[in-house]
Amino acid sequence: MIPSNFNYHKANTLKDAFALSSSLGEEAKYMSGGHSLLPMMKLRFATPTDIIDISKIEGLSYIREEDNLLKIGALTTQVEMERSSLIEEKYPIFKDASKLIADPAVRNCGTIGGNIAHGDAANDQPSLMIALRANFVVEGPNGKRNISVDDFFHGFYMTSLDPSEILVEIQIPQYVDGSGSAYHKVERKVGDYATSGAAVYLELDGSEYCKQIGIGLTNVSATPMRLSRAEDLLKGKVISNELIQEAGKIASEDCEPSSDLRGSEAYKRSVTNTLTKDMINAALGRAK
Amino acid sequence: MFKCKTSPEVGGMGHSVKRKEDARFLHGKGNYVDDVKLPGMLSMVMVRSPYAYAKIKNINKEKALKIDGVLAVITGNDLAQYNLHWMPTLLSDTQMVLPTDTVMHQSQEVCAVIATDRYTAVDGAEAVEIDYEPMQAVVDPFKALDEDAPLLRPDKEGQKDNQIYHWEQGDRDKTDQVISNADIVVKERIYLPRIHVASIETCGCVASYDKDTKKLTVYLTTQAPHAIRTVLALVAGHVGLSEEKIRVIAPDIGGGFGGKVPVHPSYVVAIAASFLIGKPVKWIEDRSENLVNGFARDYHMDCELAANKDGKIQAFKVKTLADHGYTDASANPSKYPTGMFSICTGSYDYEHAFAELDAVYTNKVPGGVAYRCSFRVTEAAHAIERMVDKLALKIGKDPAQLRMENFIKKDQFPYSSPLGWNYDSGDYHATLKKAMEMVGYDDYKLEQAKKRKEGKLMGIGICTFTEVVGAGPSKDFDILGIAMFDSADITVHPTGKAMARFGTKSQGQGHETTYAQILAEELGISYNDIEIEEGDTDTAPYGLGTYASRSTPTAGAAAAIAARKLRDKGKKIAAHLLEVSEEDIEWEVGKYFVKGAPEKSKTIQDVAFAAYTNIPPGMEPGFEATHYYDPPNLTFPNGAYICVVEVEEATGAIDVKRFVAIDDCGNIINPMIVEGQVHGGLTQGIAPAMYEGIEYDDEGNVLNGTLMDYLVPTSVESPHWETGHTITPSPHHPLGAKGVAESPTVGAPPAIANAIIDALSPLGIEHLDIPITPAKVWDAIQAHK
Repeated sequence: MIPSNFNYHKANTLKDAFALSSSLGEEAKYMSGGHSLLPMMKLRFATPTDIIDISKIEGLSYIREEDNLLKIGALTTQVEMERSSLIEEKYPIFKDASKLIADPAVRNCGTIGGNIAHGDAANDQPSLMIALRANFVVEGPNGKRNISVDDFFHGFYMTSLDPSEILVEIQIPQYVDGSGSAYHKVERKVGDYATSGAAVYLELDGSEYCKQIGIGLTNVSATPMRLSRAEDLLKGKVISNELIQEAGKIASEDCEPSSDLRGSEAYKRSVTNTLTKDMINAALGRAK
Repeated sequence: MFKCKTSPEVGGMGHSVKRKEDARFLHGKGNYVDDVKLPGMLSMVMVRSPYAYAKIKNINKEKALKIDGVLAVITGNDLAQYNLHWMPTLLSDTQMVLPTDTVMHQSQEVCAVIATDRYTAVDGAEAVEIDYEPMQAVVDPFKALDEDAPLLRPDKEGQKDNQIYHWEQGDRDKTDQVISNADIVVKERIYLPRIHVASIETCGCVASYDKDTKKLTVYLTTQAPHAIRTVLALVAGHVGLSEEKIRVIAPDIGGGFGGKVPVHPSYVVAIAASFLIGKPVKWIEDRSENLVNGFARDYHMDCELAANKDGKIQAFKVKTLADHGYTDASANPSKYPTGMFSICTGSYDYEHAFAELDAVYTNKVPGGVAYRCSFRVTEAAHAIERMVDKLALKIGKDPAQLRMENFIKKDQFPYSSPLGWNYDSGDYHATLKKAMEMVGYDDYKLEQAKKRKEGKLMGIGICTFTEVVGAGPSKDFDILGIAMFDSADITVHPTGKAMARFGTKSQGQGHETTYAQILAEELGISYNDIEIEEGDTDTAPYGLGTYASRSTPTAGAAAAIAARKLRDKGKKIAAHLLEVSEEDIEWEVGKYFVKGAPEKSKTIQDVAFAAYTNIPPGMEPGFEATHYYDPPNLTFPNGAYICVVEVEEATGAIDVKRFVAIDDCGNIINPMIVEGQVHGGLTQGIAPAMYEGIEYDDEGNVLNGTLMDYLVPTSVESPHWETGHTITPSPHHPLGAKGVAESPTVGAPPAIANAIIDALSPLGIEHLDIPITPAKVWDAIQAHK
């Protein structure tokens, strides 16, 4: 439980961070809250030569509405998400998730950007990003670019980020009337990774037709998963109980869990079914 | 109920005084083994086997030794030069200190790296190159007995298969006969899996050998310092370590639960390293090492319970297969290889029982520690309490009613159990009745009937267990031949304050408070004026340590009797001071007075002062007493626990709505400490019932070797515990007290399992092994659809 030798560097600005990254090369690793990376280093599953601590870079911790978007600075901690009145009022899905992420000590340090950029399908924020159709602003030595959530996750701990790039901002569509969102996960005990989790975002028009819907699943596939078939089913329709049942069934069919200590594959498919239905209902309840 | 004899200021029995030891713990000033720092101290880290069963072809130390700060790499072959590579276990088996040619379980210590600090030692351990030839591990204990199973212990002379021993008790033929003639027989295979004793502090030691004085001092996370000192003298006597030269110090201990009774191989290696190098060597286990390298339980029990058609129990039979890992390192009294498992006949009055057990070797960690239970009582209670519920289900009788009809009655105590125990006291009917009233049993039965009509799953589970604690009477109980007495040594100073030393060792139980309260009760000296010391073999009287809820039954009794010896001496001194004859002196708490003239009196403090200043002619000066207490019997605490759960059919989610625990542990010394003990024990009861279990794959790899996957419940998972007491004092204990700490760990799992299975019974589910997780419940529901 002691990591192998590494060098620690603290970056005060993004510029510092990029300079360090350029000089140290690909074996260097950015660290924000450190609550995913450090345990892997202690187990010596990850052995970076250098750690570039970006947690104290100023100006990357904020939650604000601007340009018809909700913009979240990537260094915003989970506890800041949990306690934001803007989040509580308009974006309750983040409050649902924050309460379920690890424990308070971890949430005090862990950041939303780190939770996403780690590229772990067991983390909670990625499925929210899928449901909310997030855009990621990333910055590197060669400047800024945008990556859609659907182009971001590639495999276990693999994302579209270049090792020199840092996720700096998360953008999601600003709250509109008639929208609702919800997240829940089944966990074996408090602080556990999800056995399964479902994030749902939807928008209804005045006649309760579903204008927009996003459904993301946690930890039931190698990469965070979009439940496209269920989205297609529900979009443009009045969401009836029958459709919700059907969406749940699709979730159980399309998720790709494997049997492990969290339960059998069949159990996880069933839980995913139940969670998907429950979260569609919860989002509908909040939308109305 | 118990009535306090002392004032709150004196703080004798029955007062919920705050724990004397807590200030230093709460202020971060506890002194644990890892806080010990000695000049020149080195750090030791173990290199462990990735394989469950493998030949060691080569160990290459070179790269490790090249690291700056790495001083030595110690292998089994190095220890073999001193004949220190094997050591005896408490149950006369043998255990490797370090292997010379074969590793027998995953995470077994293969060699030790000694370095100037821990960081360097860990890097050194990474750099040791070991060439293994893996072999097919024996993981399933049933397969261990197959004819073609590899012989795991060819090193043991005469060992022809993987069976360690066969044990049996009771009348097999008679029991079989009663079972075959019974109206009703229920059967079940019940498995209690391996679990981990998750003490907050892991194991560790600092061994310091002084080449000039030839004295070895070992700071050790041990529950039994004196016994360990004797074991060390027996193991290492041939290299010159004799018992008077060994000092074992158990400083503050952060939880033991049985895991700090055994002699871990790493202790021996650290001692050997310090002996050879002549410098202090510290070894501190990390969390995963602690999790993987020890276990409790692992009993597969085939149970049969026979009754007449009305549910009157007639006979119980259990045949157990015990997986002991590669050596029998169970921490049991010598004559009890299966511990107190024969308490498995439970709280019920019937004549016939038979229990047998076969223990086998597998490629797993040895251990079999008594995790917060008195040597296999948890297994025993689970077996009988599950079977009683199964019987109730079979004949359609309310499980509470069935128990009431079968309980041993209050006037039958002392009661001889079918397998030979002599239960001291109890009032099982009153205890269950109290629990039923507290939980509102009848209302829940009505609610359950209503919910079942609505298709909802709700369960009520009962456990009425009998524990057997306080080992034990010297005629039956010993460890390596040493009788399991315990001791107290009291000194009252001239100013009337006192200090007392004990052969036990608190690991969080609150001995510094409880023992002081016992002495306050007996002497009338305020508990605040009494210092309690334990754990240093150079100063404490010899005792067998703290485990199996034995401290109050043994050392607590020793304290009371030693205090009474002092009181007898004090009486003579008081007579001298008051110028009357001894026969005219009477005692009430804290003072002696003249019979019929209570105004003529001397306090215990006056008497103590006189013992040093104004000694009666011919009397030995001083005011000290020692007692070594050999208990006449064990104590039999008992309880009635009731659990109410709701289960969600779609997800298997289990919601524990209520948990009521009524304990009868005889007279209570500190109600607040007992309450705390019960809360902790209940939480350690819900743990194996719903969360914990060490999982192995077919190669013998531990699948949940970190606390991320080995699920220790937290306050979030714990239900609101509701507790209460009935009191039937132990007739043979000087204070009428019994042990208590382990009752809740024993009683909670069957209550929870019975409740969940009761909830699922409308679906046709009759049994589930613990841990009963939502995933397991869901799978069972699907299988019964």
